[in-house]
Amino acid sequence: MSTAAVPADLRDVIIVGSGPAGYTAAIYAARANLRPLVFEGSITAGGALMNTTDVENFPGFPDGIMGPELMDNLRTQAERFGAELVAEDIVAVDLTGYVKTVTDGYGNTFAARSVILATGSSYRSLGLDNEERLSGHGVSWCATCDGFFFRDKDIAVVGGGDSAVEEATFLTRFARSVTLIHRRDALRASKIMVARAENDPKISFAWNSEVVAIHGDKSLTGVTLRDTVSGEERELALAGLFIAIGHDPRSDLVAGQVERDSEGYVLTQGKTTRTNIDGVFACGDVVDHTYRQAITAAGSGCAAALDAERYLADLHDIAHQEALLAEALPVG
Amino acid sequence: MGAVSDVTDANFSDVVLKSDKPVVVDFWADWCGPCKQVAPIIEELANTHGDKVTFVKMDTNTNPVTPANNHVLGLPTIQVYVGGELVKAFKGAKSKSVLLGAIEEYL
Repeated sequence: MSTAAVPADLRDVIIVGSGPAGYTAAIYAARANLRPLVFEGSITAGGALMNTTDVENFPGFPDGIMGPELMDNLRTQAERFGAELVAEDIVAVDLTGYVKTVTDGYGNTFAARSVILATGSSYRSLGLDNEERLSGHGVSWCATCDGFFFRDKDIAVVGGGDSAVEEATFLTRFARSVTLIHRRDALRASKIMVARAENDPKISFAWNSEVVAIHGDKSLTGVTLRDTVSGEERELALAGLFIAIGHDPRSDLVAGQVERDSEGYVLTQGKTTRTNIDGVFACGDVVDHTYRQAITAAGSGCAAALDAERYLADLHDIAHQEALLAEALPVG
Repeated sequence: MGAVSDVTDANFSDVVLKSDKPVVVDFWADWCGPCKQVAPIIEELANTHGDKVTFVKMDTNTNPVTPANNHVLGLPTIQVYVGGELVKAFKGAKSKSVLLGAIEEYL
C-alpha cells in the first residue's frame, strides 16, 4: 500500500480514453455521483468511430447514425450527469497503489481511487520507411477523411478484412482505380462485401502481394509489391495508399503495471472488467480480441463503471470498519 | 464566429504568406471526424493567443488549390507559417499541449 499523503483533490474515478466504452463508463459513473474525470485523448477523442461514416448497426437508430454524431451524443449525455471531460492525452500512469495517479501532456498529475482504462486501439502500420513521413501526403489510415483528395487518381488499399474492402468500395466514389493489395489469395472479409468489391469495375486485386517499399518525395508516387509466392517484385504507381491491416490495442501506457496478453490486450478477470490491479478496470477495444463493435464496447464500458462503483463501495466499507476499530481500540 | 476566420485559395497569400505574425492554418473538411476534435482546440488557442499568432482555417472541400500546392493529402493537417515560410506541420489531430508547444516560441 502506498504510504504517500492522500492528495487533497483525490477523485473517485478517472477514465482514460473515450469512444463508446469510455463515454458509456462516464455516463454510468456520473449517474452514480462518482464525478468521473475523463481524459478523452486528443488524437482519439471519440475513438475509432470518429473515422467512420454511417453506423447502421447501433441498436436504437433505425435509420443509422453518423459515427461522430453518435460520439457527440454520448459525450453530451456524460456531461449532462456531471462527467468532467478533458481533451488531453495521458502520457504516464502509476496504478499500483491504492491512490492511482495519471499524468497529462502538460505534466499535470491527477489522483483517483480507481481508474478505468478505455484507451481503445490504434491503426496498425506496415512498418516501412517513408510510411510516417508520407502520411498525410498520400499515405492514409482514414478513407472517409482523405478519400476526396484522390479524385480521378489511381490508389490502393492494403488489407483483406472487412474494413479494407469497405474502404476500397467507398474510395471508388472518388478514385479512377482502386487496387486491393492482399498478402493471400482470398479475402477474409464477409461474403457480401467481397461480392460488392468483385463486381465493382473500378476495383482490381493484387493477390499474394505485400508492400515492401513506399516511394515519394513530397507526396506518394508509388509502392513496390512483392509476390508472396514467387518473391518477384514489381512497381505500382499510386497517388494514394490506404492502410487497413487491422488494429493493435493501445496499452503501452500501462505496460509493466497491468497484465496484458502477448498481443498487448489488457487481461481482465472472468466476465468482469477487473484487471490484475485492485481498482483498475479495462473496457472496450483495449480488451477485446473478438467483437470490437461500438455496442460491445459500450456494454463493457457500462460494466467497468459498475465494477468500479462496487470497488469504491467496498473500500468505503473497509475504511468505515477500520475507523470503528480504531475508535474501539485506543492506541495506548 | 469566434477568433478563427476562414481563409480561401483566393486570400491565402495575403492572409497567411504576407502576414507579419506567425499563422496557424487548420486544414479541415466537413466529413472528417478528427477535424471536429481539432477545431475547438484551435478556437481556444486563438482566444488566448490571437494577439501574437493568427489562427485561420481552410475548408479543403471548397479550396482545392492551396492544399494541392502544399502537398496536403490528409486531414486534419495543421501548418505553421512564419514570414511566408512553412516552418511546422502536424498531420492528424493533436492535443492542445502539443499545439501550444508548437507556437510557444512566438508567444
